[in-house]
Amino acid sequence: MASAEAPVVAYRRYLQNGKLGYQRCADCSSAVFYPRVLCPVCGSGALEWRESAGRGTVYATTAVHGRNRDPRNVVLVDLDEGFRMMSRVEGVSAEEVEIGTRVRFKVRQSEEDEPVAVFVREES
Amino acid sequence: LSTRGRAAIVGAAESDLGEVGPGFTPLDLIGQATDRALADAGLSKEDVDGLFSASAYYSMATVSAGEYLGIRPRYSDATNMGGSSFVSHLLHAAAAIEAGLCEVALVIYASTQRSGGGFRGLSDPPNPYETPYGPRYPVSMYALAASRHMYEYGTTREQLAEVAVAAREWAKLNPKAFKRDHLTVEDVLASRMISAPLSLLDCCLVTDGGGALIVTSAERAKDLRKAPVYLLGAGEAHWHRNISQMPDLTVTAAVDSGPRAYEMAGVGPEDVDVAMLYDAFTINPILFLEDLGFCEKGEGGAFVEGGRIAPGGELPVNTNGGGLSYNHPGMYGLLLLIEAVRQLRGECSERQVEGARVALAHGNGGVLSSQVTAVLGTESVL
Repeated sequence: MASAEAPVVAYRRYLQNGKLGYQRCADCSSAVFYPRVLCPVCGSGALEWRESAGRGTVYATTAVHGRNRDPRNVVLVDLDEGFRMMSRVEGVSAEEVEIGTRVRFKVRQSEEDEPVAVFVREES
Repeated sequence: LSTRGRAAIVGAAESDLGEVGPGFTPLDLIGQATDRALADAGLSKEDVDGLFSASAYYSMATVSAGEYLGIRPRYSDATNMGGSSFVSHLLHAAAAIEAGLCEVALVIYASTQRSGGGFRGLSDPPNPYETPYGPRYPVSMYALAASRHMYEYGTTREQLAEVAVAAREWAKLNPKAFKRDHLTVEDVLASRMISAPLSLLDCCLVTDGGGALIVTSAERAKDLRKAPVYLLGAGEAHWHRNISQMPDLTVTAAVDSGPRAYEMAGVGPEDVDVAMLYDAFTINPILFLEDLGFCEKGEGGAFVEGGRIAPGGELPVNTNGGGLSYNHPGMYGLLLLIEAVRQLRGECSERQVEGARVALAHGNGGVLSSQVTAVLGTESVL
């Protein structure tokens, strides 16, 4: 018998629908990301999927330099629901992304045509 | 705890270092280091009954090394948690010796990444929550931590550069160091940006190298060639593997591993004569100086200013020149233990820390992930 939907499959299904999914523990109320089959805080298996409002704050940032291309931004974003994820901030040059900046979620298609969660500055 | 002073390092040696040339394998370098470490101890391979190793090349590190060396261990431990693994092996070896599971442990590592074409690390499957964003592993993860430390505590790129300059000043005193030419803060700041705020000279070397340590019981250690270097205490800790799972990017699990080691050893940071702090990137020693209690959280940047960790400074740190200037063969934890042993034996000539009796050796693995601290001492502090 097949198990229920794999965590990463559910995450991608949210993205395909333009939404940012995360999990919330029904027992200890912790926000959980990346998605799993049990809560890393209390150990409960009762994780429920939720849709994030997609608003957060840049926690850490780097600009990844490479030969013959513009620097690429990589950030960690703290979402208002209480989880953190890696992403990038678009619409601003990589080195100008600042810690503390308020950002909101968008979906982009990757070069491999997979949906990817990215962020833009909240006021943009 | 009973493990304090019950085991000792009795042999320590590097393989050939730097760029060994085409064709050499990591096992060849492990062979060189083993031969030299056994000679250092006055033991032969027939004495070895415990084998400890980790590798980015061989998925069964101790099994491959045992075959190459012709060693048939009765105790085998290939624990791999990145660069800190070998500090962990020291603790595991002491516990195994204490339990009677082996008597003479050989801890080994080598890499030929430089001759082989570049950085060779562990390769996990792609992470669907990080890989799509293209961080450069591992430097971008350390850059994220540095960015947060700068934001919260006002740490500057100049302070990061001071770590690289101090390492180079020590390297000038070590004939085995890979980089020995003069280096200034300005040179570090002007070097090519890799992953902001870390530039090329904030990053460790990519070199060939390896080493071997021989560990045995305190009883047996007394009859061997060199003065034993005792394991006074050790502790390990890890909280995350991926940087996005690190709870606070300014606080490493060294805040757990350090106190575990200090408690077992019965010493504190004020007792440490020389500190070997895993410097894969310039931010690392700053974080570890804080997390291991040499200064308060947030003060690591100011702590390293003015040559305080350089030769002649208040606290000798990374006296071999570190991963930044001496050698960094992908995983560096074994090499920093070798330097700690040599300092406590008084074998370091120009760079010798006079009267060194207690050395702290701290290993880091992954992306500030695994942290393992060991406190070593001479017979006089038992």
